[in-house]
Amino acid sequence: MKYIEEFRDGELARRIATRIRAEAHPERSYNLMEFCGGHTHAISRYGIKDLLPGNVNMIHGPGCPVCVLPIGRIDNAIELATHHSAIVCTYADTMRVPASNGLSLMKAKARGADIRMVYSAADALRIAQDNPTREVVFFAIGFETTTPPTAIIIRQAQALGLTNFTVFCNHVLTPAAITHILESPEVRELGIVPLDGFIGPAHVSTVIGSQPYEYFAEEYQRPVVIAGFEPLDVMQAILMLVRQLNDGRAEVENEFTRAVTREGNEKAKRLVADVFELRRSFEWRGLGEVPYSALRIKGTYAAFDAERRFGIAYRSVADNKACECGAILRGVKKPTDCKVFGTVCTPENPIGSCMVSSEGACAAHYTYGRFKDIEVRAA
Amino acid sequence: MTKVRSDYVRPVDFKHGRVDMTHGGGGRAMAQLIEELFARAFSNEWLAQGNDNALFTVPAGRMVMATDSHVVSPLEFPGGDIGCLAVHGTINDVAMAGARPLYLAAGFILEEGFPLATLKRIVESMAAASREAGVPVITGDTKVVEQGKGDGLFITTTGLGVVPLGVEISGDRARAGDCILLSGTIGDHGVAIMSLRENLTFETTIRSDTAALHGLVAAMVEAVPTIRCLRDPTRGGLGTTLNEFARQSGVGMLIHESKIPVRAEVNAACEFLGLDPLYVANEGKLIAICPPEDADRLLAAMRAHPLGAEAAIIGEAVADAHGFVQMETSFGGRRVVDWLTGEQLPRIC
Amino acid sequence: MCLALPARVVELLPASEGTIDLGGVRKRISLELVTDVQPGDYVIVHVGYALQKLDPAEAQRTLALFAESGLTDSTA
Repeated sequence: MKYIEEFRDGELARRIATRIRAEAHPERSYNLMEFCGGHTHAISRYGIKDLLPGNVNMIHGPGCPVCVLPIGRIDNAIELATHHSAIVCTYADTMRVPASNGLSLMKAKARGADIRMVYSAADALRIAQDNPTREVVFFAIGFETTTPPTAIIIRQAQALGLTNFTVFCNHVLTPAAITHILESPEVRELGIVPLDGFIGPAHVSTVIGSQPYEYFAEEYQRPVVIAGFEPLDVMQAILMLVRQLNDGRAEVENEFTRAVTREGNEKAKRLVADVFELRRSFEWRGLGEVPYSALRIKGTYAAFDAERRFGIAYRSVADNKACECGAILRGVKKPTDCKVFGTVCTPENPIGSCMVSSEGACAAHYTYGRFKDIEVRAA
Repeated sequence: MTKVRSDYVRPVDFKHGRVDMTHGGGGRAMAQLIEELFARAFSNEWLAQGNDNALFTVPAGRMVMATDSHVVSPLEFPGGDIGCLAVHGTINDVAMAGARPLYLAAGFILEEGFPLATLKRIVESMAAASREAGVPVITGDTKVVEQGKGDGLFITTTGLGVVPLGVEISGDRARAGDCILLSGTIGDHGVAIMSLRENLTFETTIRSDTAALHGLVAAMVEAVPTIRCLRDPTRGGLGTTLNEFARQSGVGMLIHESKIPVRAEVNAACEFLGLDPLYVANEGKLIAICPPEDADRLLAAMRAHPLGAEAAIIGEAVADAHGFVQMETSFGGRRVVDWLTGEQLPRIC
Repeated sequence: MCLALPARVVELLPASEGTIDLGGVRKRISLELVTDVQPGDYVIVHVGYALQKLDPAEAQRTLALFAESGLTDSTA
């Protein structure tokens, strides 16, 4: 597979690792947050930590749209199927997230709710066309990468004059989340979470471009390197961050030049701006209310807004008291710091969202890394 | 005016007919379906007798029995169908004990409304698989359920076999130091099925690898009678089966990603969907564990057989009280290959 | 985040769609979000939509950068 395999070459990985080791100053630590869940997954799956020196620490950020989806919104999605008899179309990622009353979309489906997994937003539109007598709702989640396809199908639904199709919009925004972390007391005042730099998301950046990150680098004096999705990309980005920190620079650099430009995808941005507008505030699981961090459907497309059509009432649901997902999503704690990690909370029986999504910090660590915890303890 | 033959019986309409409740009723309609379809397709002395049972003798020795229910959807897919899958699956389960499969029994649950043309195709495919494998279907049963209560067709097959003397194969016999061998590429079957599922269509050239493995097993056991474990990694894939062995035997494992054969298209399809080929189902592959000194000989025997042409040694069992299955990635790091959680679902993130 | 893959465009289809090929697997996707795409181009695909064209020259440059990483400085 071209442009994939070359970026997974083990030999090159070792070379970059040697460079990182050579250039990281031994007397300081480098605390780098990889914002994007896809990067978290890559780091775990390829064992990148094994290749880094001990003073380079990777902190997992909240860039997993499934992980930050509040329980209350999943409850709403389930209600659309159970109380309003709508066909609810969703990406498979959300199916197993535990919601209220011991339910999840998957469990609700097992009880007879018409919940269907789709690979693409276009599939949801097709289902609406194929079932003109039923209400069809597309459960839209995701960061800026996933938002343009939702914009397209809403416009297509309008062009087709569909009357049975709506979107339950839960799209969230990357820059707002990064700001929130940088503004959090642990980072800003208390200094509990030393955060020296960011690995910027790969595919979000193909859409929004590298320009939006310039604000963070400037305002918070933290370097940002946008990295591609493959392990070599991640390693190269780490090297570039180490170099910036050594040089005392705080710039936005782009490692993923093969797909990211400064402006991003203008057409996609225009389509999104046509269909969506900012919500004043939105609850993020683990982060609380975050201002201007999410999108809702504009009035011009009100006919396709599930929240308006079904009068959905949002009820905030607190996480299980033992669950540390909030702290983990903010990079304040590690999965192994959570009392229930690996015992009560496992991928089979997830208590919180970090364990459900395969790129959640807990699931990634459980699936790929936990055997190392045991070795360490025994030593 | 032409005369109607006095012994004329209207044949079953396989072109346009559908299963209805009379086909399971035990009466004439059912008997006719059995005679014109099942007995005719499977064609052997036992079914010809027309009893509800089959009488047979077995060679002396330990016997092995296995049963499998098949609920695959879609019923027909590139490379096979639920029928031949049912035959291969049970033959393989029996063979994994190191046994020679002798006979099969088959139970069918048909859904009211199921097209007879499809049923005929599937039964004939089953019969062909059975003939090719040399393992006859000697007895069976048919039931019909109301519309909406079945996926069209469910098949349960049970198989019997006999294990030669000196062969002791069981999942709990692996020891630290043993070699782990895989008979060929992984992920073919699962991806072939996914290629047809609703909402996940893509055109691939991937066909299910469904096959009867008893011939391969016989060749392997003859070359290396000291084989410790054998299993075909069906649902849950290679990753799950290795974890089963690890748990049963109380050992850990270390496998090497670069040694595991995966077809390029299967890899690509898995990339698309965010699936891990380690957990995708296979229906014509097996995993063998043997003492290290016999590994090369076993590999040669496997490669000499058409169903083991791409066989490889993929790793070794290690001493590990926790029973972790670890994998050295092509990238150079190590990761755990854990039990599969639920069903592997495609992901967007 | 988001699973997105670089795939080769093999065919342009009506209504802004196209067929892409990834390692021999073909899929019909939407090209609505990208402009000026020709068969032979590589695009980044996410949930059935092409998000951006991949720049082959930049890809080569990036790979060269990786390879360089082991070669700079006499001490290593």
